[in-house]
Amino acid sequence: MAKITFITSDDEKITLEGTSGSVMALAVENNIKGIDGDCGGVCSCATCHVHVAPEDLAKTGKASEIETDMLELDDNTDEYSRLCCQLEISDAIDGIVLKVAK
Amino acid sequence: MSTNTKTCVIIGASHAGVNLAFNLRKEGWEGSIHLYDSDPELPYHRPPLSKAYLTSGDSIEKNQLRSADSYTKENISLHLGVTVKTINREEKSILLGDGSIQPYDKLVIASGARPIIPPIPGIENAKNLFPIRTAGNISNIRIALSKSDTKKIVIIGGGYIGLETAASLKKLGATVTVLEREERILARVTAPEMSAFFKQLHHENGVKILTSKNVTAIEYKDNKNYINCADGSVYDADIVIVGVGIYVNKELAEAAGILCTNGICVDETTKTNDAHIFAIGDCSYHHNPHYDTYLRLESVQNAIDQSKVAAATICGKEVTYDTIPWFWSDQYHIKLQMVGLSTGYNEIILRKESGEGRYGDSFSVWYFKNTVLLAVDAVNNAKAYVIGTKFIKGNNIVNKEKLADPETAFKPANLLV
Repeated sequence: MAKITFITSDDEKITLEGTSGSVMALAVENNIKGIDGDCGGVCSCATCHVHVAPEDLAKTGKASEIETDMLELDDNTDEYSRLCCQLEISDAIDGIVLKVAK
Repeated sequence: MSTNTKTCVIIGASHAGVNLAFNLRKEGWEGSIHLYDSDPELPYHRPPLSKAYLTSGDSIEKNQLRSADSYTKENISLHLGVTVKTINREEKSILLGDGSIQPYDKLVIASGARPIIPPIPGIENAKNLFPIRTAGNISNIRIALSKSDTKKIVIIGGGYIGLETAASLKKLGATVTVLEREERILARVTAPEMSAFFKQLHHENGVKILTSKNVTAIEYKDNKNYINCADGSVYDADIVIVGVGIYVNKELAEAAGILCTNGICVDETTKTNDAHIFAIGDCSYHHNPHYDTYLRLESVQNAIDQSKVAAATICGKEVTYDTIPWFWSDQYHIKLQMVGLSTGYNEIILRKESGEGRYGDSFSVWYFKNTVLLAVDAVNNAKAYVIGTKFIKGNNIVNKEKLADPETAFKPANLLV
């Protein structure tokens, strides 16, 4: 189980608890603004872009190649960018903070 | 406009209908929302059915669009396993399978499509013959496969559904043969280069792809299906999968006098010729402004984007549909991402990344009509997909020589005229 905090573009802070599945699915299920997950989690639409809090990057790891490529032309991309459909919920990411990208 | 006493009824609870229901709440719809579907399962993602879901062995719960709770939370009334018989536009109501009547203020038809079971002589006697459209189809395929000793499967139709299913069933240990009527697989949707690539991919993975195979009869005898082709060849199979296309579920709309052609005709706000009735998703025949063409699209992208436009329009906002279509397909280790509509292309540029490519096989096919970039098919190459998307959206003129040259670094600025 993991507690995950989302910070939306309105600076709203929402902490959710998940047990399995992807972080994107958890966010969509709870109507986190700015996370659409249009493709259902197969890294094809880039509508689940988040910035991992720098201190949590060790827990999530950096973006994979396909994530980096999908985000290549997105001006809001930085070294903390992830597509959260590629983040599996597990104890390992308990407590992370994710800022929803613009 | 207060909507708290209004009723929005949605026919079809798949990608378009379910997204519409939730988008209506996001847009501020306060009235009731009734979502109907004849499928008894809680609404689920369809694209994985032929891909990861088939091979995973997961229950359909893992593949749901939304949890049961979230419908309750958003006060969306979900009516599953219920058929809709007619639409009464005069009285603004629909008649349900059990004879009851559901009134509406706004009606959205998101009825999708159903698989074609072609009228091949003997097909009605075939055993273990399935289309790929519903979670139920996949359960039945899994059961049939577990009971089959030989695990011999024939797939009729070499489109994306057929090919994805072939890859998945191969992964499950089946012996798979794909019979395609055209001279090449994916003939309707991609360039010959892509067809050749996928044929080779399946060959390398041990799936037989046979083209110019027109199935003329199916016989069931001695516990086996025998699939006969026009050229005299015969293939036996325990299980037969049919993936030869779809019929649009437009009959309800047609019977109610709603304008239909190749689908249910809608304007740029997804409205039909009845101001209170909308149609979205696979069943809608709509205009794409970028390509200035009328079409029907069987895709998640279209389902989602039209659900957004319909929800906003129903809530009184001025929004119009203007998007570039995108699609994807997963087969074996290959991820194909497609953007745009290639119809009408007269030139193809093939870009192969130099060296091994960062993920192994990696290339992209760029479809042009003269100087205009129409579409891109990217194989294990998300970068080509995003650059292609940017260029198509921006109506950019691409330098074809540089594009074709793998030594030109893959950056937008390097590839423009």
